Amino acid sequence: MNELKSKVKELLGSKEIDLFIGYEQGTRLPRPLLAASCEEADRLIFDEYCTGNLAVYLTRKDLVGGKKVGIAASYYAMRSISRLLDENQLQEGAVKIFGLPPDGAGLKVFETVAEVKQHLQEAPAPPKQVEDGWVKEIEEMPAAERWRFWASELSKCFRCYACRAACPMCYCTKCIVEVNRPQWVQPWAATASNMEWQINRVMHMAGRCADCGACGAACPLGLPVHIIAHKMVEMVTQNFGEPAGKGNVLSTFSPNDKENFIR
Amino acid sequence: MEQKYIPKSSIKAWLTSIKDDGKHIYAPVAENGKTHFKRVKSVDEISMGHVQTAQSAKGMVFPRTEKLFSYVRQQGDVALQDYDPNDIPCSTVVFGLHPCDAAAFKPMTSVFNWGSEDKPFSERMQRVALVSISCSKCDVFCFCTSVNGHPGSTEGSDILLTAIGDDGYLVEIITEKGKALADKHAEFFEAAATCISKEEHLAPVPVKFSAGEVQRKMAGAFEGEIWKKQPLRCLGCGACAFVCPACTCFDIQENAKGSNGGDRMRCWDSCGFSLFTLHTSGHNPRGAQSQRWRQRLLHKFCYMPERLSVRGCTGCGRCSRACPVDMNLSELLNEFELI
Amino acid sequence: MNTNFEPKILAFVCNWCTYAGADLTGTSRIKYASNVKIVRFPCTGRIDFMLLLKAFASGSDGIIVSGCHPNDCHYTSGNFHARRRWIIFRGLLDFLGIDTRRIQFSWVSAAEGAKWADIVNKTVDNVRALGPYSEYRKAAEFLAGNEDVLLNEDVPPKDQEVTQ
Repeated sequence: MNELKSKVKELLGSKEIDLFIGYEQGTRLPRPLLAASCEEADRLIFDEYCTGNLAVYLTRKDLVGGKKVGIAASYYAMRSISRLLDENQLQEGAVKIFGLPPDGAGLKVFETVAEVKQHLQEAPAPPKQVEDGWVKEIEEMPAAERWRFWASELSKCFRCYACRAACPMCYCTKCIVEVNRPQWVQPWAATASNMEWQINRVMHMAGRCADCGACGAACPLGLPVHIIAHKMVEMVTQNFGEPAGKGNVLSTFSPNDKENFIR
Repeated sequence: MEQKYIPKSSIKAWLTSIKDDGKHIYAPVAENGKTHFKRVKSVDEISMGHVQTAQSAKGMVFPRTEKLFSYVRQQGDVALQDYDPNDIPCSTVVFGLHPCDAAAFKPMTSVFNWGSEDKPFSERMQRVALVSISCSKCDVFCFCTSVNGHPGSTEGSDILLTAIGDDGYLVEIITEKGKALADKHAEFFEAAATCISKEEHLAPVPVKFSAGEVQRKMAGAFEGEIWKKQPLRCLGCGACAFVCPACTCFDIQENAKGSNGGDRMRCWDSCGFSLFTLHTSGHNPRGAQSQRWRQRLLHKFCYMPERLSVRGCTGCGRCSRACPVDMNLSELLNEFELI
Repeated sequence: MNTNFEPKILAFVCNWCTYAGADLTGTSRIKYASNVKIVRFPCTGRIDFMLLLKAFASGSDGIIVSGCHPNDCHYTSGNFHARRRWIIFRGLLDFLGIDTRRIQFSWVSAAEGAKWADIVNKTVDNVRALGPYSEYRKAAEFLAGNEDVLLNEDVPPKDQEVTQ
């Protein structure tokens, strides 16, 4: 932790970075800290409880526009960053990424796409047993029960869009729910439109989602919306393989894509 | 104000009788680790183990989505069908809300009935009775005592129950509405012992800041750096506003059914959304998140006390619990005091 | 079961193959169920998944989505893109409990007039057996505060549904 502080202070002091996006101790759990000075950097922490996906701040032009930025990246934040690089939302070398390798070997700083990708290949993905369990449980329900489950859960949604705000991949300046000519998704809270919002959100995440679970963690009502995203990740991997490199899963295709429902 | 006593064992029977009278009962129901206000079919569904429900009770009088009127176009003319109060359940008892939620009905009423009366809101208010329960526990986010509230405050409630030990509740009957609820089923109530002091049965909610001082400092710091500093990590979602018992921002939307008619809807909105103030021209007077954060706080802690003599915050702490990035309101308000 | 129930089917088809195929069905004087309303698109690639949800919300009991066979797309790859989209979209709907038995995806070329009639007839039969799709419609009409309508109230018997 002291290593992080001294390194960040050094970079801030030498003006190699203008802003460091890290964690500080929050009320109960670590929370994001955007440190621009050495005094602020003194509050930084970085441990296994720092799981929130800070990559969400990297596309916020009002915060990072024109600045040299450093970021403390959890495994999933690293995945998001890799994807943001692929989607040309970040410039290679413009962000200094601080990662904690799982072997406890201390802080590592990544700057190139290749370094980030190699790290992601080597570092084992944290287990997703809880999410896998949810998906399995829901899939085993009869269809009618599945409908009741989701209709009941999503009927509670009041459309605060915390799931969208917390997602590093939701960086559109104008979201589809805000498009009103035509009005694709009704903007008010009601079961079907809440569902349509989630369907849109997750469809737009196909092959892009880092599976970090930030959407579900952000939901003030505790709705399991991250489970829908997790299911999407599963489906994409099963049907089209691991999404790799440039090009979105839905903007590319293979003539060999397999399905069993088109007659 | 009349005081009575009700044994714990009689609470369910009392509520069931109210339900059998044909009233709807909304109460906290625990589901997947969160507690929500729901209409209960049976009083056994009610759970009281929580510190705070995920949402406040404001939806009872200010629903997330509400139809204001409908219109049909016919032969070059438009026929309007005004708001129909008959769509509202005739009589609803909200049971088990905490004093901070009950207190929030006052700022809501001040906003909705400011100048002219808001019909849908008032119609709902008339039909709702609030049976609150004093807080016997609190958490690190609670700060009602800092905004003139109290874990045993009767403000806004029709009846306030305070758990006295494990066996029963002190019943404070505050309004005529509350009296009617208690008198109709007088058999469940006993006379209150004269020596009961409810103070010792309440949660110890510490005072975290002086609201007056915060208001004074805020009002003089419109251009202050603190407004930019604090919301740096804010993601700009509407979670805080939507769980807030006193937030009243709404949007007017159109549910058009083809070109022949439709409904005019009112639905929740948040001043924290960038779209909230976006003009058609493309100009946004509150274009930055820091400006929206400033507006939200000034509105609650300065503008409302100045204009409506009521604060837009009752210290329930929901915004802080709901925030994905831990914008802890009492902590941040405290920073104003220190300016 | 109510034998008077006539399902409303909406078909989203591409201009170059299935629409022409459906035209051929007509010019060949092949009779088929009249429950289907056809909406013509330039290409299956243009058929936004939201259209399917809108169709259910506004009263469709069943949906047909059809376009050119793989490798026959007028725009080379529109149907390949569409296929990818449908694979995950259908999986997602299924996961959410939305009734995917009511959506028939197919490839119908401009020469397959008879196949089009067959697809429509079979879909109408399937959906007739499934009954009206009131669940999604109800959810679409649902306003917060009256969740009873959606979740607690018993679904009315199918023969009480208004059918035209």
